[in-house]
Amino acid sequence: MTPLLSVQNLKTYFLMDEGVVKAVDGVTFDVHAGQVFGIVGESGCGKSVTMKAVLRIVEPPGKIVNGQILLNRAKQNGASDVIDLAQLDANSKAMRDIRGAEIALIPQEPMASFSPVHTVGDQIIEAIMLHQDVNKREARKIALQQFKDVGIPIPEQRLDEYSWQLSGGLRQRAIIAMALSCNPRLLIADEPTTAVDVTTQAQVLRLLRRLQEQRNAAIIFITHDLGVIAQMASYVMVMYLGLVMEQGSVDDIFHAPKHPYTQALLRSIPTINMTPRLNLPTISGSIPHPFNKPRGCPFHPRCEKSIAGKCDARVPALKPIGEKQLVSCFLYHDAEVSS
Amino acid sequence: MLRFIVQRVLLLPFLLILFSVIVFWLVQAPPGDFLTSYIANLASGGSSIGAEQVEGLKRQFGLDQPGYIQYLRWMESLANGDLGLSLEYQRPNTELIGERLVLTIALALFAFAITWLVAIPAGIYSATHQNSWLDYVLTVINYIGVATPNFMLALILMWFAFSNLGLSVTGLFSPEYIQAPWSMERVVDLLKHIWLPAIVLGIAGTARLTRVMRANLLDELNKPYVVSARAKGLSEWKLVWKYPVRLAINPLVSTIGWYLPQLFSGSLIVATVMNLPNIGPLLLRALTQQDMYLAGSILLIYCFLTIIGTLISDVLLALVDPRIRMEGV
Repeated sequence: MTPLLSVQNLKTYFLMDEGVVKAVDGVTFDVHAGQVFGIVGESGCGKSVTMKAVLRIVEPPGKIVNGQILLNRAKQNGASDVIDLAQLDANSKAMRDIRGAEIALIPQEPMASFSPVHTVGDQIIEAIMLHQDVNKREARKIALQQFKDVGIPIPEQRLDEYSWQLSGGLRQRAIIAMALSCNPRLLIADEPTTAVDVTTQAQVLRLLRRLQEQRNAAIIFITHDLGVIAQMASYVMVMYLGLVMEQGSVDDIFHAPKHPYTQALLRSIPTINMTPRLNLPTISGSIPHPFNKPRGCPFHPRCEKSIAGKCDARVPALKPIGEKQLVSCFLYHDAEVSS
Repeated sequence: MLRFIVQRVLLLPFLLILFSVIVFWLVQAPPGDFLTSYIANLASGGSSIGAEQVEGLKRQFGLDQPGYIQYLRWMESLANGDLGLSLEYQRPNTELIGERLVLTIALALFAFAITWLVAIPAGIYSATHQNSWLDYVLTVINYIGVATPNFMLALILMWFAFSNLGLSVTGLFSPEYIQAPWSMERVVDLLKHIWLPAIVLGIAGTARLTRVMRANLLDELNKPYVVSARAKGLSEWKLVWKYPVRLAINPLVSTIGWYLPQLFSGSLIVATVMNLPNIGPLLLRALTQQDMYLAGSILLIYCFLTIIGTLISDVLLALVDPRIRMEGV
């Protein structure tokens, strides 16, 4: 089956006066229709840039320097058609027709993601009218229905309010309503629950799941919260410093992690069964400065199992081990990234 | 909102009385009075005036009365809607100010229009093309514009026009139109002259406004709502105009009211240097001659317009920004 989105060896660099930041340095993954695809990693690992690259909204001086972003577009007659988003001009009509309509974004900060001087309804209606051939009255009706779908009470009134008049939870729902307003087949949720409290987070996650199942949309779910990933995703990709460390089904990643980085991440989650008053295991060292990435495997300076002379010299390639699991680590195979 | 406006308007008379006292005290503050400078002028011209005549004039102008009586007399005429009599010109101040008002406002409006029409697009370009070569060029021009005193610029431009083009660019009219009554030709002649002083008056403001617009817009361009608008599939051009530009202009809208007193003041130094027939030189002369009722009246109108301008600013800001409009609702 052709995946809905297939990203191949994507490299997104920030070309700055001080040097080149390789924010995304060769990332490959497939997202299938109806799948919830989780991307985890610490801040600065390139997960948000990957998402922006897919939408083609990486801000300068960021630039896609290599790779393909293949989107499978269903056609009217049932056939499909694959288009490489990396080849399109970021601001071209073709790309803008995809952005918001076929791939939509649920941004990180619902607080600031609406303009404070335009009503919420105005901004959602704008999105609807951009991609659908409807007049303003019909667009308002669609927006109203979306508000009802995401469970916003008194939706007629809320449409005419400003984002700062809504509570955090409502604002998050309004953002989701805007992203869903054109029925995208792929939703990119960039840490959608970091800014809300735990109760709201649970509600928002439940809502996203329900909508995803109803509409059979795929979701790329970006987060640094492993708990949220375990709850939401069916397939998980672990990133570190712009590279994919490991990919696999949610069960493989949580129950049989292969990469030392994934293992270390999971060890650092507190569990209910832990001995009290014991220090939580952490990953030693800190994330290297982006201008000063280590040679070889980016994780080797912090890795307990690093192999001298190998991990510090060569970059391991992402190779399958087991049925659906892929890992880039010399502990499991010898394949390296050809430079 | 309405309550706010009414409150402000009710406060207005009290503020004006307070300002009138301060203004009167200030124009009175220099040693001597109108007659001292009048006599000094006569003396420098070689003629003199008898002590009796001086006493007569003193009585005539009311300068023999104590200060508070002089103030009250001024207030009395103000209450009757007239601004008193100019000591020097021996004509009503209303007339003196009135005949210069049209040109003052025309000149100020031109400068204002140049400022906004140039600064806003330039600021938007600079911000959206940050660190491009044109951004750097605009930045350099802006720094020069802000750093050059405008009377200096006026002198340089006048010298340049005179020595290279043989043009005398002072004043607002060609000699034959100075005293002529208003006509189509006179307006055309005015337009031929007004652009240079308007540019001189507008250039520092333009430079400052460009910088402010650039900085405001740069702040806004990094806001998450820009990313979410972009992710909707909005074209970059539409997006920038609809969202960040709108938010970047908001704080500037609140400065529009401040132009009101400036419209009236007719920028004293430039107008004097360029020999412009607006209120600026009138005020300067009134101050040096200690023509206290004329100077006081001009300054008081200036205060009045400052208060009204601030009120207009506040109302405008509330109109464009719902966050302020709905505060306290």
